[in-house]
Amino acid sequence: MYPAEFEYFSPATVNEALDLLARHGDDAKILAGGQSLLPMMKLRIASPRYLVDVNGIEALAGLRREGDRLVIGALCRHADIAASSLVREHLPIMWDAANLTADVQVRNRGTVAGSLAHADPAGDWPAALLALDTMVTIAGPDGIRTTPLGEFIVDAYTTQLGASEMVTDVSVGIPPEPNGGAYVKFEKRAGDFAVASVGVQIELDEHEHCRSVAITLGALGPTPLRAGSAEALLRGSALLRGSSVAGSASDSAPDSALNGASAERLVEAERLVRDAADPFADTRGSVAYKRHLAGVLFRRAFAVALDRAHGRTVATLHP
Amino acid sequence: MPQISITVNGKVRKARVEPRLLLVHFLREQLLLTGTHVGCDTSQCGACTVLIDGRSAKSCTIFAVQASGSKVTTIEGLATDGALHPLQEGFWEEHGLQCGYCTPGMILSAVNLLKDTPRPTERQIREGIAGNFCRCTGYQHIVNAIQHAAKKGLPKRAKRARRTPKAAASAATGGR
Ligand SMILES: Cc1cc2nc3c(=O)[nH]c(=O)nc-3n(C[C@H](O)[C@H](O)[C@H](O)COP(=O)(O)OP(=O)(O)OC[C@H]3O[C@@H](n4cnc5c(N)ncnc54)[C@H](O)[C@@H]3O)c2cc1C
Ligand code: FES
Ligand code: FES
Repeated sequence: MYPAEFEYFSPATVNEALDLLARHGDDAKILAGGQSLLPMMKLRIASPRYLVDVNGIEALAGLRREGDRLVIGALCRHADIAASSLVREHLPIMWDAANLTADVQVRNRGTVAGSLAHADPAGDWPAALLALDTMVTIAGPDGIRTTPLGEFIVDAYTTQLGASEMVTDVSVGIPPEPNGGAYVKFEKRAGDFAVASVGVQIELDEHEHCRSVAITLGALGPTPLRAGSAEALLRGSALLRGSSVAGSASDSAPDSALNGASAERLVEAERLVRDAADPFADTRGSVAYKRHLAGVLFRRAFAVALDRAHGRTVATLHP
Repeated sequence: MPQISITVNGKVRKARVEPRLLLVHFLREQLLLTGTHVGCDTSQCGACTVLIDGRSAKSCTIFAVQASGSKVTTIEGLATDGALHPLQEGFWEEHGLQCGYCTPGMILSAVNLLKDTPRPTERQIREGIAGNFCRCTGYQHIVNAIQHAAKKGLPKRAKRARRTPKAAASAATGGR
């Protein structure tokens, strides 16, 4: 299959890329990993007349720590995140997302920034990174600005990016200890997009109570969503140990009044998560099915996140 | 048309190509390296997998111009002087193929896997080849083939094979 004809540019600097975008505007597209753009061009869903390949811009490569933030260059591949010990140690929720995105070949080329710019409702990076303090750095004709991820994605496949702007990096705050996060995804076959996914990031206080919690939903709405009322319910509360959370409330056999109370709270949180989901029916499932999945995946993600907050190394459950 | 220069299986190949030419078509139609297959042509099946600078990629999902300046390895580049690569030998010994359509891509994904994970678990093997569809084998013999190669060890130069597949095939069909 051949895409429509286009003119190809391979700029060496961000400024050159911005000049090209300024000149060609709406007719130009940035080419990063190409793992979403090429399939669309081959099917002629997209037919840009100019392609600005940013893979040769060295300043966009790499993954580095700057103070208490992790800075992900626009050319950082899914595989770079999966291979990073910094990510594995401090941001396991990102490690989960990197390993659950697509397959090995796609992970070797696809970029985190490209995933956010593409804003697929079922994309894994938008959902996982929304649970963290994530900022998107955008360069354009008027200079550089940063915007929180929650504002960057405005609708399905739609971001704040103007035609002559590009993402140069994505930065993520490294949460204070003790914290734990997890991202779980339900897919119909290996390497496919999510039927539904849930991210949970928890911080504990000195009493091991929940200081803060973020719960995000992927493929459960036009954009990734936060389950705000479930978060509010859990914030400040005592929490069950992770391993006892994964099953249903009745098999967690609470052995104290505290556990009984937090088990009930968790059942209520699960209900609020289901309510927060706003899925659409498609070949991957009906609205009711996806809503149900949201609750199940929330429990799984919550259990792993809590275990990790208590310093245990656990893998997210593969379906 | 842009001028490209790609080192394919150790040989520098220069050409003028249309930007929209996909790497897989450059390999198959211009270099006549037809071992790299097109299965789905929609980035799903992995039949077109090659290594670009040592990392596996779907060659139907990258333009040839993007690979300019890179080293590309295809299935034709794995055997050395008629000696099968340990993974090719593994597929041979363990019956890792039936129709063979998925095999080149499967083997290059396995090369990518064993480079990072020389002693993979069965689970790691299955995850490593998740981007490659096989419609014949049911995967078990492919997993066995990769385990066979992992036991032999990848980094060492492949031992000289007793016979190449061609010689073996010709022996099997009575030299016809
Ligand atoms: C078989 C297959 C399975 C997949 N499975 C999954 C999956 O399970 N989960 C998942 O999340 N994704 C999946 N993907 C998509 C994959 O993760 C892509 O890599 C990702 O969506 C886009 O990143 P990219 O770097 O490849 O972007 P590209 O394809 O290069 O670009 C995508 C879009 O973003 C724009 N863009 C890219 N970079 C920038 C930038 N720096 N600034 C401004 N705009 C930019 C482009 O112009 C284009 O519009 C899959 C893809 C394939 C082929
Ligand atoms: S032909 Fe490239 S992935 Fe199927
Ligand atoms: S052997 Fe036929 S597709 Fe794999």
